[in-house]
Amino acid sequence: MEMTFARVGWAAGVLSATALCTAAMATELEVTHWWTSGGEAAAVAEFAKAFDAGGDTWVDGAIAGSGGVARPVIVSRILGGDPMGATQLNHGRQAEELVEAGLMLDLTDVAEAEGWRDIVNPVSLLDSCTVDGKIYCVPVNIHSWQWMWLSRKAYEEAGVDVPTNWDEFVAAAPALEEKGIVPLAMGQQAWQTAGAFSVLNVGLGGEELWKKVNVEKDADAAAGPEMARIFEAFGNARSLAAGSTVQDWNQATNMVITGKAGGQIMGDWAQGEFSLAGSKAGVDYECLPGLGIKEVISTGGDAFYFPKQDDAEIEAAQKRMASMMLSREVQVAFNLAKGSLPVRGDIDLSAANDCMKKGLEILAKGNILISGDQVLSADTQGQVEDLMVEFWNDTSITPADAQARYASIIADAD
Amino acid sequence: MARSNRPPKLLRNLSAKIAAIPMIATAIVIFVGCTAWTVAHSFTGSRLLPKLNWVGTKQYDRLWDANRWLQSVENIVIYGVCSLIFSLVIGFLLAALLDQKIRFENTFRTIFLYPFALSFIVTGLVWQWVLNPEFGIEKIVQGWGFEGFAFAPLQNQDWVIYGVLIAGLWQGTGFVMCLMLAGLRGIDEDIWKAARVDGIPMWKTYIFIVIPMMKGVLITALVIIAAGIVKVYDLVVAQTGGGPGIASEVPAKYVYDYMFKNQNLGQGFAASTVMLLTVLIILIPWAYLEFGRRKRG
Repeated sequence: MEMTFARVGWAAGVLSATALCTAAMATELEVTHWWTSGGEAAAVAEFAKAFDAGGDTWVDGAIAGSGGVARPVIVSRILGGDPMGATQLNHGRQAEELVEAGLMLDLTDVAEAEGWRDIVNPVSLLDSCTVDGKIYCVPVNIHSWQWMWLSRKAYEEAGVDVPTNWDEFVAAAPALEEKGIVPLAMGQQAWQTAGAFSVLNVGLGGEELWKKVNVEKDADAAAGPEMARIFEAFGNARSLAAGSTVQDWNQATNMVITGKAGGQIMGDWAQGEFSLAGSKAGVDYECLPGLGIKEVISTGGDAFYFPKQDDAEIEAAQKRMASMMLSREVQVAFNLAKGSLPVRGDIDLSAANDCMKKGLEILAKGNILISGDQVLSADTQGQVEDLMVEFWNDTSITPADAQARYASIIADAD
Repeated sequence: MARSNRPPKLLRNLSAKIAAIPMIATAIVIFVGCTAWTVAHSFTGSRLLPKLNWVGTKQYDRLWDANRWLQSVENIVIYGVCSLIFSLVIGFLLAALLDQKIRFENTFRTIFLYPFALSFIVTGLVWQWVLNPEFGIEKIVQGWGFEGFAFAPLQNQDWVIYGVLIAGLWQGTGFVMCLMLAGLRGIDEDIWKAARVDGIPMWKTYIFIVIPMMKGVLITALVIIAAGIVKVYDLVVAQTGGGPGIASEVPAKYVYDYMFKNQNLGQGFAASTVMLLTVLIILIPWAYLEFGRRKRG
């Protein structure tokens, strides 16, 4: 009863303008996602091709903008009674409540029939899809935040060696600045500053510290002297990026590509921009996993969820799509186009570039770290993003102030 | 005798009252009902889905502890006060100038009113480009030879809200002007003639005679501007995205971000309840003065 009232309230108060239900054809599935850049669109096309080849029809429902724009649209549609056939979300806690409310299709039978637990590597990705022993999503790729990208051109112009870790990067910064090159490129969006902070946290403070703060939510550790060092480094990074006023992450990557900036801390999706611009790993740009200090891959990524619909045929098509996404051929084609790492360890990725190979090696060694999406709620992440972007733009906030506020967010985190 | 033949007050105009029932019911369910539902849920720990797990005033404590909310409130106060004063003053001045029986009045009126036909999203994007230091006003003025000229409010924490204000005024002032012009046209010609005969200077006539006579139009303009201030959201999203940092955040954006992006309905509802309360605090005394007096009269 309470649920019904709640949903009526939602529909009336918040979603009154939701589009009318579109009755889907038997094997037509609308798929919503926010992959709209060049490399991303090419990757989606691989999915669509494979799905259509199976006799079904992929109806593309790309939502322009980033995940922050697309997620509310997707969630509103599911809650408003207009579910799509399948949708991209970052696995982790974003869909937690939707699953608990019984709005997502249970994929456990497909997963057991195909032995997903044996083929998905690392298996923690599947754990993030699992609620009460049942599997509700298909992980399709691994995206790691833990990378730093460096421009060879910028360092050659300044006449210094390309740094091999964060400390060398900081030491080389004055030489770059003398030549009018911005040492660190950074876009102004909140998720970028927060992401860079977590990379510094893992790289400089180590995995243990990161886990203590983000997994165990230990507020004392967040307020402690080890974290203080990281906030100092983050404050230092703020001054290194003072000349970077671009807004979007790919504009910041472009500064690195053109040699206007020395480096950028950004996830491996930045590689798509490098290859689009014709830059080669090891020749035009260098990559440092874990800031060159702690070689580690954080196993965030994308997953597909299948909102529940009362139609056996649609359900069958949803399950066909789920199994297609994890198949060997599709994993190879998709991830090569996307620049991400596959979720299966048993496939051949010899066509991958140097940086991707570095990533695969780290993955094979098992140096993996759970991603922030998997341990922090959207609420806590939003608060951390607000804090980091405020700190980054307001130089009157000292690292110590920021740390105190960070610790109180962690103390309230759930 | 006639009095006793008339039906009781409740049954007068019965058909009209019956016809109004669906609208009244809709208004009560949607406005009052959903508002009550929202306020109730602002005292819960609802995340993505509304749940009735009471947490007392925790959401409000957190709200007034959040730097971003305080910044949002400060911004809406600056934006609101400036927007109210400037759009009324500029709107009235433009209307008074147009009222001097000038040539091409229609053309000017169209030009001034035109921005109002644009959405806030378009307005925001246009002014983001105009104020962009790389290719906007700053670049053009520097191109004229003023090398030291600097004007980039959107890149400056302290000035960004005024950059938003400029765009808001550009969009809305034309409409205020039209309202004022209609008010001015409603003033009897004879009043002007009488003022002229008495030798009262024109500015005095405007301030002491005409403006007090335009009270109705002024209140209409005030309500429309005030409603625009409270709901300002799309302009900020399009023009600055709340940045740099959190320097141009506004309350409506806080509500949206918490409800949908951060999946914390309780916090979003608490913020929207505070917004509603603020509006009521302003509205109730005004409505009391306005309608209460009329009844007695």
